[in-house]
Amino acid sequence: MAKITFITLDNEVIELEGTKGSLMRLAKDNGVKGIDGECGGVCSCATCHVHVHPEHFVKVGTPGEFEADLLELNDNASQYSRLCCQIEANENLDGLILQVAGRD
Amino acid sequence: METDSKTCIIVGASQAGVTCAFELRNEGWKGRIILIDSDPSLPYYRPPLSKSVLTGTESIAEHALKPIQLYKKENIELNTGKKVVALNREKSSVELEDGTSLYYDKLVLATGSRPIVPGIDGINKMKNGFTLRNQEDAQKIHRALKNSKAKRVVIIGAGFIGLEAAASLIKLGAKVTVLEKESRVLSRVTSPEMSLFFQKLHAGNGVEIYTNKSVCSFSIQNDNDLVKCTDGIEYHADIVIFGIGVTVNAELAIAAGLQTENGIVVNEKALTSEENIYAIGDCSFHFNSLYNRFIRLESIQNASDQARVAASNICGKQKMYNAIPWFWSDQFDVKMQMVGLQDGYNELILRNTDGPESKKFSAWYFRDDKLLAVDAVNDMKAYMIGTKFIKNNIRVNKLKLANPEEEFNQVNLSSL
Repeated sequence: MAKITFITLDNEVIELEGTKGSLMRLAKDNGVKGIDGECGGVCSCATCHVHVHPEHFVKVGTPGEFEADLLELNDNASQYSRLCCQIEANENLDGLILQVAGRD
Repeated sequence: METDSKTCIIVGASQAGVTCAFELRNEGWKGRIILIDSDPSLPYYRPPLSKSVLTGTESIAEHALKPIQLYKKENIELNTGKKVVALNREKSSVELEDGTSLYYDKLVLATGSRPIVPGIDGINKMKNGFTLRNQEDAQKIHRALKNSKAKRVVIIGAGFIGLEAAASLIKLGAKVTVLEKESRVLSRVTSPEMSLFFQKLHAGNGVEIYTNKSVCSFSIQNDNDLVKCTDGIEYHADIVIFGIGVTVNAELAIAAGLQTENGIVVNEKALTSEENIYAIGDCSFHFNSLYNRFIRLESIQNASDQARVAASNICGKQKMYNAIPWFWSDQFDVKMQMVGLQDGYNELILRNTDGPESKKFSAWYFRDDKLLAVDAVNDMKAYMIGTKFIKNNIRVNKLKLANPEEEFNQVNLSSL
């Protein structure tokens, strides 16, 4: 079990408990605004873009090739950007803070 | 707008309808929201039906659009397993199959589309003929394959659904034959160059694809379906899947006298010819300002974006639909992404940074100097650059684009 915090674009802070599945699913199931996951989590759309809290970035790691390419040209991307459909919930992520990113 | 005592009814609870319901709350709709669908399941996401749900690696429950508690939380009245049979414009009501009438202030038609079942001789007596549109279809196909020894699958139609189903079923050990009546696969959606790539991809993975093949009859032989083509060749099938396109569910709109063409006609606000009635998603025939024409799209992008536009306008805001269409398809180890609409292109440039045999490349479609669309195969960068160029109407340096030695980035490719 890991406590995962999402901060939406309207600065709503939503604390969730994640056990398994992607963080995109977790966010969608709990109605986190701005996380739409429209491609269903197959890394095709970037509608689940988050900025990972810099101190936690090492926990979630760097994006894979497809994901990095999708993010590279995203106007709202930062060096801490990830698509949360590509992050699986696990105990090591306890305390993770994710800021929902804006859309192009 | 004061919406407390008002009712919005949404007919159809798939991608468009469900998105619209939640966006209405997001945009400040305070009245009732009644969401109705004839499918009894908790509304789900359809793309996996031809992929992970068909192979059985994921269940449809994992692909619910929203968990049930969110409907409760947002006070969205979800009525599944209920069919709307009539729309009465004078009374502003819809009638359900059980005779109940529901009254609306605003109505959203998100009725979608349904697979075409061809009127081929013998089709009504088929043993194992399926279409693939809802979860029940995917389950039936999965089960029929499990129960079959020979596992011979004949897929009629080589569009996205047919090819995705072929890729999924071959993973389960099926012997898959695809019959396409046109001269190439994916002829409705992409160029001959891409068709060739996909044809080879499938052949390389053991799918038998035959083009210029028209089916003329079905019969039963040895307790199995027999598919006969106009050239006299017959195919024995344990399972037959039809993937030959869809028909719009426009009956309600037509009967109510709304303007329809290739779908329910709507303007940039997703509003139909009738005040207070909107149409979104697969069923809408809408104006796309980027391509300056009316189009109908079968895609998640269009369903979601139009749902947002309708919700916003229903709540009294001014939001116009001007999204760039995008699509994707996953088959075998290939992720294909498409952005824009290529119809009417007169020049195609292939960009192949990693060499001609690579499975990572992109096809760029131009009408003279205007970039219309990009098909990207395992090439996220091409998809992203293409999207930016189309969105911002940037002129592409075609010589640089065609030269794999030239750096593949927005700045370099846009410098003339």
